[in-house]
Amino acid sequence: MADRFPSPFEMPTPSGAEGWQDLYAYSSVFSEDRREYEDGTFWFMDGVHTPEVIPPWDATILEYAIIALSQYNTRHYVIPPALGVDIRFLNGYMYLSPVGVADPEEIGARVPEFAERAGYYFQNWDRLYAAWMPKVRALIDELESISFAPLPHREDMAVITEGRGTGSALDMLSTYHKLVDLTLKLWHHHFEFLNLGYAAYLDFFGACKQLFPSIPDQAIAKMVAGIQVDLFQPDEEIKKLAQLAVDLGLASRFAGSSPAASVLDGLRGDAQGDKWLAAWEEAKQPWFNFSAGSGFYHSDKVWLENLDIPFGFLRTYIEKVQRGESLERPMEAVVAERDRIVSEYAELIDSDEDRATFEAKLGLARTVFPYVENHNFYVEHWAHSVVWRKMRDLGQVLVGAGFIASADDVFLLSRHEVPEVLFDYYHGWAVGVPSRGPSYWPPEMERRNGIMNALRQWSPPPALGMPPEIITEPFTVMLWGITSDSVRQWLGGASSDGALSGFAASPGIAEGPARVILSADGIADLQEGEVLVAPLTAPSWAPVFGKIAATVTDVGGIMSHAAIVCREYGLPAVTGTAFGTKTIKTGQRVRVDGNTGSVTIID
Amino acid sequence: MAQILWFDNYQPADAPVLGGKNASLGTMVGAGLPVPPGFAVSADCYRKALADNGLTGQIDALIAGVDPRDTASVTAAGSQARALIGSLGMSAALAEALREAYARLGSQCGDEALPVAVRSSATCEDQPDASFAGEHDTYLWVRGADAVAAHVLRCWASLFTDRGIAYRLERGYGQHGAAMSVGVQQMVRPRAAGVAFTLNPLDGDRSQIAIDASWGFGEAVVSGEVTPDNFLVDKVMGTVSRRTISAKTLEYRLTADDQVTAVEIDNERRLIPCLTDDEIAAVARLARRAEKHYRCPQDVEWAIDETTGDVLLLQSRPETVWSRRAKTVSCNADPITSMVQTLLKPSHSTPDVGC
Repeated sequence: MADRFPSPFEMPTPSGAEGWQDLYAYSSVFSEDRREYEDGTFWFMDGVHTPEVIPPWDATILEYAIIALSQYNTRHYVIPPALGVDIRFLNGYMYLSPVGVADPEEIGARVPEFAERAGYYFQNWDRLYAAWMPKVRALIDELESISFAPLPHREDMAVITEGRGTGSALDMLSTYHKLVDLTLKLWHHHFEFLNLGYAAYLDFFGACKQLFPSIPDQAIAKMVAGIQVDLFQPDEEIKKLAQLAVDLGLASRFAGSSPAASVLDGLRGDAQGDKWLAAWEEAKQPWFNFSAGSGFYHSDKVWLENLDIPFGFLRTYIEKVQRGESLERPMEAVVAERDRIVSEYAELIDSDEDRATFEAKLGLARTVFPYVENHNFYVEHWAHSVVWRKMRDLGQVLVGAGFIASADDVFLLSRHEVPEVLFDYYHGWAVGVPSRGPSYWPPEMERRNGIMNALRQWSPPPALGMPPEIITEPFTVMLWGITSDSVRQWLGGASSDGALSGFAASPGIAEGPARVILSADGIADLQEGEVLVAPLTAPSWAPVFGKIAATVTDVGGIMSHAAIVCREYGLPAVTGTAFGTKTIKTGQRVRVDGNTGSVTIID
Repeated sequence: MAQILWFDNYQPADAPVLGGKNASLGTMVGAGLPVPPGFAVSADCYRKALADNGLTGQIDALIAGVDPRDTASVTAAGSQARALIGSLGMSAALAEALREAYARLGSQCGDEALPVAVRSSATCEDQPDASFAGEHDTYLWVRGADAVAAHVLRCWASLFTDRGIAYRLERGYGQHGAAMSVGVQQMVRPRAAGVAFTLNPLDGDRSQIAIDASWGFGEAVVSGEVTPDNFLVDKVMGTVSRRTISAKTLEYRLTADDQVTAVEIDNERRLIPCLTDDEIAAVARLARRAEKHYRCPQDVEWAIDETTGDVLLLQSRPETVWSRRAKTVSCNADPITSMVQTLLKPSHSTPDVGC
């Protein structure tokens, strides 16, 4: 077993990808300037959020996200043993490095500030959280109000008669800056509570392990479960619509495989059809602002813009209703089980003092749970889908100006290049001469697309640099599921005996043919009874969970969204196997034991 | 005077004449726990036998003369007392009652030569709850009414093993009030058997059930002659937290002449788990039921019937090591301090070495 991971500086540039570094921020790539630090610390590839190459503009959101996370640890709440999470892009993939506070005395010195600052939020959580939702909704509304349009042939007469004294190009440029700044603000809001929420989870986990050293992680996670959260609402809406379709006698109209658009057209005009269509329209906002992926890629398909996705789930649910099967998420059973588990462990606690502490910590974990889950829908799904949509609108403007051939090429520009490009457009439009863009950008975009394709051929190692002694940054442990065990596993390399292990994320044992899926597009291929094997799963894939036998992922901890959703849906799951997608091949029969966290290839 | 008391008809008022072990079996049967059926010979039969033969005073005098600090004096008194009791014949009335009871048990179990365990269950008038665990004799696989009667007498005599005498002396129990009840209980041939603690004996974790299991009769595990398979089961979730399969070299089994003897285990079975996952779960559930019945951590003996696959409860007594320890507070109540401690040692980052 190796004692360190490869150095980032040993990683070759894939052929055809030369010059990729210039597409990303200069401070977000490895360089000789910081080599000693970068070589000597631990980097892990974030397979949870970004398993694929990240286009230059998409990197904006990731940088904003990771740095916002960091600021709360370092400058807001002063998490005693942790600073932030460092970020680098390497061959287009994102690598993260948890930064700890090295000096034990300094850790101690930070405690009073943490007590005061984090304490304030814990004590006032309900009030502060109630204020959070309006803030984010207002931000989403501001994003929605953003509009990019081609610069007009003539400034509108109203500009003259109102004596405005400014022109459309100023609006366009400042709107772009507003979009970017709102995105940063969104991520500041995202982390306002999250670091503390995870700290509360970790604390509850820790208390359970002190009281019951051999308690399974899954038992602890189940004690926090079963609360209705908005993240499951899109699926609930589809179920309601399926039931309504059957109740209105419309089920047969949904049979077959014709595209959503034609079925919806066919429903228009008759009383029942119109009634159903009204409910469909109602459900769209906000619940169809739901990404089929993690929400971090412009290419992730959003339900609102790809109605065939929710429509497909709808069809499956209609068939289930017609077969007399229940659509209900086993919510009552989950709650009953949760309550049973809590009361039985509580009963086993010897001292009254400990029992009171257990209940208090459980209470706090449950207080933070709605935020920890809800924020994901409002930020990564809803708000992000608006950001991507507006950027695409901007891309369309550039298409109209002849700068790029396809609107999505706008994402090959990094965020600081866009104002320059817009200024070139403004320059030509204002002066009345050709902009440089139409000559410059098409071949450049071809070059950049070539680079992206070359980068996609590279297989990113799960980790780089020096393995850590101990990881204290709470996200790294709870969400990414990176622990000393995972580090050891990565150092040791993939197991050769067909056995994989990871977190026992959701109970149950299942067997079936595996289907290895590397992106959201692949889930349409899933057959009944198959075992889904993926780098990660997205919460929005939940509607397929009724079809498949089990889930196996490469990354993710016991509190990752995927683990939570699998538990809520009663689907066996093993997360954080490190090598699932590399070891298992589509078609192989696998046995997934969600009780112990083991996966075996049976073939 | 009731000579024979059936477990399935246990009354709390009978406890003084049943001794701790038989009374315990009675309460467990009453609670619906899967205990093999049987009956007990009342301790009053022992007292009556002594009295009818004029031995009461002699035995009392013998024991009164023992010097607790002098093992030789204990040994001498013990062997004399045992000899006196050994010379007793069983009264016709008791012999008949025993024959009838054995026949009834045999009929209930479908075997007129039913193999039974004949177990000592000592009692003290002033210590009705004492368990006397392991201090007196048990006889396995006894068949036929005559053999049962003979072993009842041997159990009576075992009231005065050196261990038994010393036990009562150590605890300051009055020797005068000591008497012996004897349990007669159906025996099954076990595929596997062992013990279970309703806490982790390594760290006192009350959320776990620790099962030690091996092939054949449980004596191999109880005596420590075999290194058993060990399973740690989470009490609430039912999941196996830890599994250790040992090389099981020896088992107690029934030989051709109805003796329960230690025999080497064939190579094939040494390293395979002696319990399936379903059986592990069943044993754990059973131990949990016993714990709930007694409301404190238990040390349970169990066996799996080779013929039916049923999991049977043979014995249950309070766990004594961890339950006696002073209760300590494990958790830090102050949320900030405990959060900082947890952040410094997130549960997965390093192996747990305690708080």
